[in-house]
Amino acid sequence: MEDLGEKFLQVVIALAIFAAIIGFIMLLVDRAPKSFRDKATIIGFMAPAAILLIVGMVWPAAQTTFLAFTDRNGAINGLDNFIWMFTDPSALVTLRNTVLWVILVPTLSTIIGLVYAVFIDKAHGERVLKALVFMPMAISMVGAGIIWNFMYAYRGTGREQIGLVNQILVWFGGEPRQFLLDAPGNTFFLIAVMVWIQVGFAMVILSAAIKGIPADVIEASRLDGASAWQQFRNITIPSIRGALVVVVTTITIITLKVFDIVRTMTAGNFETSVIANEMYTQAFRANEPGRGAALALVLFLMVLPVVIYNARVLKKQKEIR
Amino acid sequence: MAIFRKNKAVLPLAALSVLTLALSACGTGDEGDGGGGEEPAADCAAYEEYGTFDGEEVNVYATIVDIEAERLENSWADFAECTGIEVVYEGSKEFETQIGVRSQAGNPPDIAIFPQPGLLASEVAGGNVLPAPEAVEALTDENWSEDWKGYGTVDDTFYGSPMLANVKGYVWYSPATFEENGWEIPETLDEMMTLTEDIAADGTMKPWCAGFESGEATGWPGTDWVEDYVLRQAGPEVYDQWVNHEIPFNDPQIVEAFDSVGEILKNEDYVNGGFGDVRSILTTSFADAGQPVLDGECAMHHQASFQASNWPEGTEVAEDGDVWAFMTPGVEPGSNAITGGGEIIAAYSDEPAVVAFQTFMASAEFANNRVEQGGAISANKALDASLAQSPLDKQSIELLQSEDTIFRFDASDLMPGAVGSNSFWSGIVEWINGTPTEEVVDSIEASWPQ
Repeated sequence: MEDLGEKFLQVVIALAIFAAIIGFIMLLVDRAPKSFRDKATIIGFMAPAAILLIVGMVWPAAQTTFLAFTDRNGAINGLDNFIWMFTDPSALVTLRNTVLWVILVPTLSTIIGLVYAVFIDKAHGERVLKALVFMPMAISMVGAGIIWNFMYAYRGTGREQIGLVNQILVWFGGEPRQFLLDAPGNTFFLIAVMVWIQVGFAMVILSAAIKGIPADVIEASRLDGASAWQQFRNITIPSIRGALVVVVTTITIITLKVFDIVRTMTAGNFETSVIANEMYTQAFRANEPGRGAALALVLFLMVLPVVIYNARVLKKQKEIR
Repeated sequence: MAIFRKNKAVLPLAALSVLTLALSACGTGDEGDGGGGEEPAADCAAYEEYGTFDGEEVNVYATIVDIEAERLENSWADFAECTGIEVVYEGSKEFETQIGVRSQAGNPPDIAIFPQPGLLASEVAGGNVLPAPEAVEALTDENWSEDWKGYGTVDDTFYGSPMLANVKGYVWYSPATFEENGWEIPETLDEMMTLTEDIAADGTMKPWCAGFESGEATGWPGTDWVEDYVLRQAGPEVYDQWVNHEIPFNDPQIVEAFDSVGEILKNEDYVNGGFGDVRSILTTSFADAGQPVLDGECAMHHQASFQASNWPEGTEVAEDGDVWAFMTPGVEPGSNAITGGGEIIAAYSDEPAVVAFQTFMASAEFANNRVEQGGAISANKALDASLAQSPLDKQSIELLQSEDTIFRFDASDLMPGAVGSNSFWSGIVEWINGTPTEEVVDSIEASWPQ
C-alpha cells in the first residue's frame, strides 16, 4: 500500500513538473517583445518536442551507430560485426528468416485480407464476419505467441494431445508432430501466427476502401458486361491502390521488427531467430553490444526505405485530394 | 476569460508551488526501515567482539529480493541492534548490470553481494573492490573449504567470503516406487546406467524425465547435466581448465561427458517419461518436468536442490516421503565431487563499521541465523546443521561441510556471458534436437570470446 502511495505521489509530481514547464514556456512566449513574438511562439512550442526527439531518438541512434563498430570491450573494431553478421552460419540463418518473414507476411496477409473483404462485401452478417477476423488484432503479440504455443503443443504418440493442431492430425490418423522444432518448417508455423494477426488489419482497411469505390463506376462496368473477375482486376484493384500500399508497407514495417512472437514461442532456438530477436540476444545475453548494435543498424536501414516510400505515397494522395 | 487574462502568472506559479510541496514531502520518506527498535532486546553477548558504533550506516546491495530479502535482513537484525550499525539493504534484479554502473559512477554500495564469481572478477578488474580485511580472511580460512575461498579470490588476492549456497546434481525419485520395484540407489555412474537399463527393460515407466524449456534461457538444465559429468568423469582439474578455457570447449574429455549424458537423454527408450520422445525435453518446462515422478510415469529426474519448491504444494520431500533425492554418483563409489552455486560478499569501503559487518557475515552466527529461517543453506563449516529446516537442506549442508567434498561452482556461471548464458544453452538445445556432439561443441568453442 505504501508503495502504491509513493507511486501515486511520483505520478502527481511528474504531472506537476510537466504543467510547470509548459506553463513557464507559455509565460515566456507571452511576455516576449512584439517584434520577436511570432518566432518565440514557434520556438517555444517546437522546442520541447525537438529536445525530447534529440535526447530520446537522434542521440541514441548516433550512439548505436557508433557502438556497431566496437567490440565487446568498447574498442573500435571496424567492420568486424558486419563481417560476423554476413559470414556466421547462425547469423545468416537469422537474415534468411527475416527475408522470409518480410516476403510472406505482407503478401499473405494482404491477399487473404483482400479476398475476404471482397467476398464478405455486402454479405449477410458482414459486421460479425469482419469482427471475427479482426479480433486477433486486439491480442498482443506475446499473447498470440502463447496461444499458438498451445495450438502447436506436442505430446508423444498415444498420449492425450493438448494442442489442437496435433489433435486434428491424430483424428485424421496422423502422428503428432513437433511443429516448432524442425527447421525450416517451424519458421512458417511462426509466420502463420503473424498472418493470423495481420489479416484483420488488412481486411478492415481494404474493406473500407472497397466501399469507397463510386457506385457509378461499378455500374458502368456492369453495363459494359464485365465479368466479376474483370471487375475485380480493372475496377477494384486500381481504385484501392492507395489503401493497398498503406496496408503492405505498414505490415512490412511491423514484420521487420517482429520480436515478440519469436521470443515467446521459440526464443530464437531451432533456427527461427530473426534480426530483432538476435539483436536482443547478442546485446543483452551474450554481452556483445557491438553485434547487437550492428543488427539494429541493419534493421533500421531495412525499415527506412519502406517508411520513406509510405510517407511519399501518403503525401501524394493528400495532394490529389 | 478576463479574469484568466489578468492572472496569467497564476497557473505556472500554482504548479510550481505544488511541485515544491510534493518534493519536500519526498524528503521525509524512507526512514525507520532498518531500525527495528520495537523488538525485544537481543542477547548482545555474541556481538560484543564487533564493538559498538553510533548509528553508522552500512549500505548493502544484492540480487536478493522479496521474502528471501526479508529473511536476510532478519538474520542481521540482532547484529545491527547490538552494534548500533544501521544496515541499509537494497535488493535489485538489475544488480548484474547496475553494480558496474554504480561503481564506475563513484557511487558504489559499501557492501555488494555477488551472485557469480565471474562478476566479482570483472568488478575487481574495474579497480574499485577492496581486498578483504584480515579478520574476514581469517574467518574464511577457518570456516570454509579451499574451493570456496577460491571463488572469492581473484589473481591470488582474497576479496570476500561466501554467503549462502545451493547444491546441484540431485536425482529426484519416489522412494515408494523404488521400493515396490526393488530398485537400489546407484553408487556409481555405471550402476546408474544399469539401473536405467533395468527400468527401461521393466517397461512400467521410462527411467528418466527431463525438461529444458525456460523461455529465453531454454537449455540451461542441460548444462547442469554436462557439468556434473565433466566434474565426475574428468575430475576437478579438467573442470577448472574447461571453465578457464585452458582446454578448448571441444576437448575430447568434454565430448565424452556430452556423450555419456547423451546415452541417457538422447535415447528414446530412456526418456522422456510422461511427455513423449527425446525432443519433447525441449518443449517441457523445467518446472513441470519432475511431475511424472509423482505420477509414476518416470523414475528419475535430475535437478538442483531448488527442485524442492517445484513440487506441488503438500508434497513431502523426505527419505520416507513422496519424493527424495540422491546425489548423482561418481565414477567410483563414495566419490564426492559436487556442483553448485553461491554468493560472494565484497566491500567497496574500509570504514570500521563496514569491516565489522563484513566480519559478521563470514561468521557462524550469520549462517545459523539465516539457515534457521529456512529456504537457504550455507557451506560455512561452523554452521549448526541441526538448524536446517528440511531433511534436504540438512543433507545438502552435510555434503557442503564435509571435509572430503570437492565443490565446483556451476561452470556456465563462470564462463563468459557469450558462452555461459548464450551459446552453451543454445548448443544444448541443438544437441537434444539431433545435432551430433562434435558439431555442437565446435560451434560453442567458436563462440568463445577471443
